[in-house]
Amino acid sequence: MTNPSDSAATTLVPPPNADALISMRGIKKVFVTDEVETHALVEVHLDVQEGEYVAISGPSGCGKTTLLSILGLLDSTTEGEYWLAGEPVASLSPADRARVRNRQIGFIFQAFNLIGDLTVYENVELPLTYRTGESALGATERKRRVVEALEKVGMAHRTRHYPAQLSGGQQQRVAVARAVAGEPAILLADEPTGNLDSRNGEAVMDLLQGLHHGGATICMVTHDPRYAEHADRSVHLFDGRVVEDTAHVGGRRGDAPLLPA
Amino acid sequence: MGGNPMSILAKHGAASVAQRHPDAPIIALHNVEKGYKMGGGTSYVLRRIMLVITPGEFVTIMGPSGAGKSTLLAILGMLDPVFSGQYWFRGLPVHDMNVGQRQSLARAEIGVVFQQYHLLDDLTVAENLSVPLDYRGVSRSDRAARVADILDRFNIVGKKDLYPSQLSGGQQQLVGIARAVVAEPSLILADEPTGNLHSAQAREIMELFARLNAAGTTIVQVTHSDENARYGTRTIRLSDGWMES
Repeated sequence: MTNPSDSAATTLVPPPNADALISMRGIKKVFVTDEVETHALVEVHLDVQEGEYVAISGPSGCGKTTLLSILGLLDSTTEGEYWLAGEPVASLSPADRARVRNRQIGFIFQAFNLIGDLTVYENVELPLTYRTGESALGATERKRRVVEALEKVGMAHRTRHYPAQLSGGQQQRVAVARAVAGEPAILLADEPTGNLDSRNGEAVMDLLQGLHHGGATICMVTHDPRYAEHADRSVHLFDGRVVEDTAHVGGRRGDAPLLPA
Repeated sequence: MGGNPMSILAKHGAASVAQRHPDAPIIALHNVEKGYKMGGGTSYVLRRIMLVITPGEFVTIMGPSGAGKSTLLAILGMLDPVFSGQYWFRGLPVHDMNVGQRQSLARAEIGVVFQQYHLLDDLTVAENLSVPLDYRGVSRSDRAARVADILDRFNIVGKKDLYPSQLSGGQQQLVGIARAVVAEPSLILADEPTGNLHSAQAREIMELFARLNAAGTTIVQVTHSDENARYGTRTIRLSDGWMES
């Protein structure tokens, strides 16, 4: 099933940009269930530069969570090229994907995903303990990173608490610390305020803004336009394609690279 | 009984205390209350809970949303130390313990199964099963042996190198239970363990709990499901923080 406009668009697309932190070209994702093909991503081209704060929005079913899973190396692509930090990663084995993911990506989920029988400190430390080989971290370095990350989110006084003792907003701050402690190349946030009331939601958005001003690269999926405005740049998805890519006035970058949609 | 239980805990560790008090209730709550200061008064989540659970029981906690079930389970699991009243675990005063004592006791004795999210997405099944052992100070070689053993017992050897996202919901929960059991706890606490599962998968999980219980593990589950409650030996009901008798 080829669509003539697809191939026309492809000829206009430049090759992946190895200098960008993220460079995607012609990303397709097809799910097959009971002989029905669902085209979650039809053709996505996307560059994200180091230091950018990008909001990915669109109606439900537009493919934004699928895109985030692929960005985060939690899922593979059906077709297309994906370069992360100058390396092609689209066709890595699951084990290599996991290694790159643990090293380069920090996740912040809607439901926080803290482990209930580990303390705040242990939850933040856990991903660091699973680094092996050259990226393995010693106990002193792990401790430094955990304490620093918890200080950044204002939770350093809660190291020995369990998630059950924390409010939703506090749990999400710990989850942000866990993502940050790995010193990843990019933070990926999937509806990070989705389970929070508006006051706690705003607090988490302020926290992300602060991390961004400190140099962090962030991609956030949100369906809430108010939260999307916190980012420098909005990428709008519709039916598995990028249909709009705009820099926000006052954002740090005015040069949102609009690739053919 | 003989000797101050706290000093025995300090000297010999929690497991040794359990051996010295084989007949003590595994759990005895005396007037346990939990509340939050709200404006001029206190809003209570749990009121005057009196509960004794003996080794080998399979207890179900039921009640409407907001009744205090999950709060009670968090207190039982020593994941929430802020309450008034007394909590005795095998004759040990949990209410008098410091953070470290509570934690070593919980890690020696208790395994928790959550409704979801207790597996890390970027670790394989085998690595996820190794996490609880890691945090209990089990040596690397011992960890590998225990993980291999639990994979065998749960019949999931073929899944050991897969990631959670590659498993069905039922399989993920199977791994979640394996994770709770890998450190060989004497008590399993389960909070809506089949909440996200289809009925056939839920039955499999409940039958697994029944087998663990038959093998001697004490179980406390929170559930909304009458069918799940039937696997237990006793049901207690909570309503607005009060235990109905």
